[in-house]
Amino acid sequence: MIRRFRVLRQFLRRPLGVVSAVFLVIVIAAVALAKVVAPYNPLAQDYSAVLITPTGAHPLGTDQLGRDVLSRLLYGGQVTLVGILEAVVVALVVGIILGLLAGYLGGVLDTVLSRLTELVMAIPGIVLLLMTYALTNNNANAGMLVLGVLSVPTIFRVTRGAATVVRGEIFIDASRVVGVGKIAIMVRHVLPNVWGPIIVNASVLAAVTLGIQSGLNYLSLGVNPPAPSWGGMVSEAQSSLLQQPWIIVPSGLTIALVIVAFLLIADALRDATDSRSDTPTARPIRAAMDESRPVARPPKGVILAVDGLRVAFNGVRVVQDVHFAVSAGETVGIVGESGSGKTVTASAILDSLDDGAEVTGAVWFEGVELLRAPRSVRRATRGSGIAYISQDPMVALDPSFTVASQLGELVTRHHGLRGASRHKRVLELLSQVGLPDPAGTARRYAHQLSGGMAQRVSIACALAGNPRVLIADEPTTALDVTIQGEVLDLLRRLRDETGMAIVIITHDLGVIADLADRVVVMYAGEVVEQADAESLFALPAHPYTRALLAANPIASKRGKPLLAIAGTVPRPGTWPTGCHFADRCSFAVEACSSSAIPLAAVGKSAVHQSRCIRVDDVLSSKKKAVV
Amino acid sequence: MIKTLGLRLLASLVLLIVVPTVTFWLQAITPGNVAQQILGIGASKSAINTLNHQLGLDQPVWQRYLTWLGGFFHGDLGKSYITGDSVTGTLGGRLGVSLSLIIGALIVFTIVGVGLGILSSTGGRVFGRVIDIISTAGIAIPNFWLGVLLIGVFAVQLNVLPATGYVPPDQSASGWIASLVLPVIALSFAGITGVAKQTRDQMLVSLASPYARSLRANGASESSLLFRHALRNASGPIITVIGLIFVGALSGSVVVENIFVLPGLGSQAVQSTTQRDLPVIQGIAVYFTIIVVVVNVVIDIVNTILNPKARAS
Repeated sequence: MIRRFRVLRQFLRRPLGVVSAVFLVIVIAAVALAKVVAPYNPLAQDYSAVLITPTGAHPLGTDQLGRDVLSRLLYGGQVTLVGILEAVVVALVVGIILGLLAGYLGGVLDTVLSRLTELVMAIPGIVLLLMTYALTNNNANAGMLVLGVLSVPTIFRVTRGAATVVRGEIFIDASRVVGVGKIAIMVRHVLPNVWGPIIVNASVLAAVTLGIQSGLNYLSLGVNPPAPSWGGMVSEAQSSLLQQPWIIVPSGLTIALVIVAFLLIADALRDATDSRSDTPTARPIRAAMDESRPVARPPKGVILAVDGLRVAFNGVRVVQDVHFAVSAGETVGIVGESGSGKTVTASAILDSLDDGAEVTGAVWFEGVELLRAPRSVRRATRGSGIAYISQDPMVALDPSFTVASQLGELVTRHHGLRGASRHKRVLELLSQVGLPDPAGTARRYAHQLSGGMAQRVSIACALAGNPRVLIADEPTTALDVTIQGEVLDLLRRLRDETGMAIVIITHDLGVIADLADRVVVMYAGEVVEQADAESLFALPAHPYTRALLAANPIASKRGKPLLAIAGTVPRPGTWPTGCHFADRCSFAVEACSSSAIPLAAVGKSAVHQSRCIRVDDVLSSKKKAVV
Repeated sequence: MIKTLGLRLLASLVLLIVVPTVTFWLQAITPGNVAQQILGIGASKSAINTLNHQLGLDQPVWQRYLTWLGGFFHGDLGKSYITGDSVTGTLGGRLGVSLSLIIGALIVFTIVGVGLGILSSTGGRVFGRVIDIISTAGIAIPNFWLGVLLIGVFAVQLNVLPATGYVPPDQSASGWIASLVLPVIALSFAGITGVAKQTRDQMLVSLASPYARSLRANGASESSLLFRHALRNASGPIITVIGLIFVGALSGSVVVENIFVLPGLGSQAVQSTTQRDLPVIQGIAVYFTIIVVVVNVVIDIVNTILNPKARAS
């Protein structure tokens, strides 16, 4: 009940929807009360006032027989609106029942009903409508019933889709376990969850039905002139077009406005029933830059530096105060749980954040600050300066093109090679990433490759521009364990051969231990610790890093229980004032939560930093249980 | 690939049997006397009986269905109740008119719809809003009103195009095109909306996909991402929607032919409906279904060619 009121409240917040609803109510009331409201009999002819434009006596003018246009519109609306109601009710009743059955019960019934609806959608509906009118002596109701049946697929599909989703949810399983009958579950649990999309589609259906029905009336089907109908009035107007152009306006505009009203109501309902609509969706605004903050050039030898990076979506920060630097040829690991901001940080470096993102701070690449750089500079950096391999290799390649085609495109783009020399370079790249049959692989499509092969091809794509930095986002997560090691070996070999730096993003400390020179630990949008790999594993200086190490199967001792970190990562927008980890930390004291904690040097080390005010206690408690 | 296509073709052929069968049995189960309706309320009982016998309506319905089906397989769709001419003869000469109109509309709503869809997937907020408004107009302005408005502006006021009528292409090519311009616009307008929306949605899906992200990050150009990668991957769903919209346009053509007085299947359909000439309506159902089946098969073939996965299997 409360949910329903929420939807109503949401709907009332949308002015276009409200205006449309009010307009529709007025039209329906006026049409229903035509007998009272209409100034004239819709059939009364007046040859002294033929085809006149609007006057006081005839607010919308008269037609070629001197009949009052407003009165004909009001009476004609009765056929129209009753017809819409009939068709929509038929489509709803039949569509919902069949949709619930197919979606909830599934199986053979679902297959049969789905095929049937496909069949109905493939039938040009007009022939069934014409046959109906021919057989029923032009009966309006019969036509609308058939139109309703022809519209069943729309409602069926929506209901079925929603019911299928609901079926898989836990509370349905619970009801089933408790022993609630199938029909009761459908009516009481599934239906309330699918009614949102259904009413949205019913409103669209009303709009479409009005268009079709008035088209039929235009053809004098389902209505017998001189009885008025909106579509019929357009037809009458057509014959008087030469004498009086105005005459086509009232009837056509009425139809159009009522259709628009139905569509706008549907839009508002869609927004109101969509739970995500509480926050407006982000649409393209170019990344907003904070120009006030001075940017310091990173020291020489550093090829990539992220300085004070902050990213927010719709005012909600997802990453803040991120600092780290990568030297040429170095491998830096960024580690953290999901939601820690690793991937957003990578996207900011790659200039591939959604357009709604607000980015501040600086990203330096080879002495150029990329966030403020002109588009052409950022474009030129992609692939040849900074390249990228993604998490799931199976979807990282375009499924519609062969390996040769997409890798070749990048080769042409970076080196201007074409034809045979381009193909030669493609094969070189494929053998460089260790594919045993470069020519055979080049001819294949993504779906013909194994996960390991696809990841090697992805790496070849990243190498096409001879990048100085490779950003690898969880490059092994989606792969089989046996393949993971091979891919890491490949990355190590390529780093040594080409001298490019690698930024590897992972949640797997094993990968870090295997590959990284330096480690950046992220938690809830912040860097909490960074150090060279050796120090980090030997002397973790942040409670979160310690917890992470303790939770890792590789670092744990045989026979001892594996430690999990209690609680969950706070979501963006719910970050605490002070230390983000305080709620889950056994070292936490009051001071941890009172103000923001800075990233500070650990001891005298220049490279080891920790965002913890109790760092000395953390280091001295090395032997104690961690969490 | 051949097997998949074969199965789809078979499914399409099922449609070819189902539609006339449904329309036939619709006749059989509907109460009312066809001869009575044709002759009018005042007709004598013997006249009605005679007509019923002439039309073969005094035979059992199963036998009538089998007779009709037998003829159907031999390309004989029966005779008109009103003129006595063969249905195929009556409709054959009109097919070209309808095809000109429908294929013209197909070309227009495909090109304009895909173009608008691409623009709105790249053009930012304001452009997206404009496309939304055009889309709403596409549904809100019904084809018959648009048709009459077009006649009002281009034929009556500006006098640059004919208001009604049809010129066969063998008579005058330019006259043929001129006679089709307004009908094609009226018929394609609603379809543009659907194609544009689908194009935009699918382009946005493609552009947000991991492969687009990877290609872009590794240096692929924006235009290649848009026209080579995103459009190619969006093409399957777009073509599927074009097929559905085409079926709708077939229904729309009946209205549009009547607005512009084009001597096609649609104007015959309405005339036969008012005359209760069931065999002709039945024949039009068959013709329309054949057109749908052909388009479905073409779409299947195009989709198979575009989709490497389907091609390989």
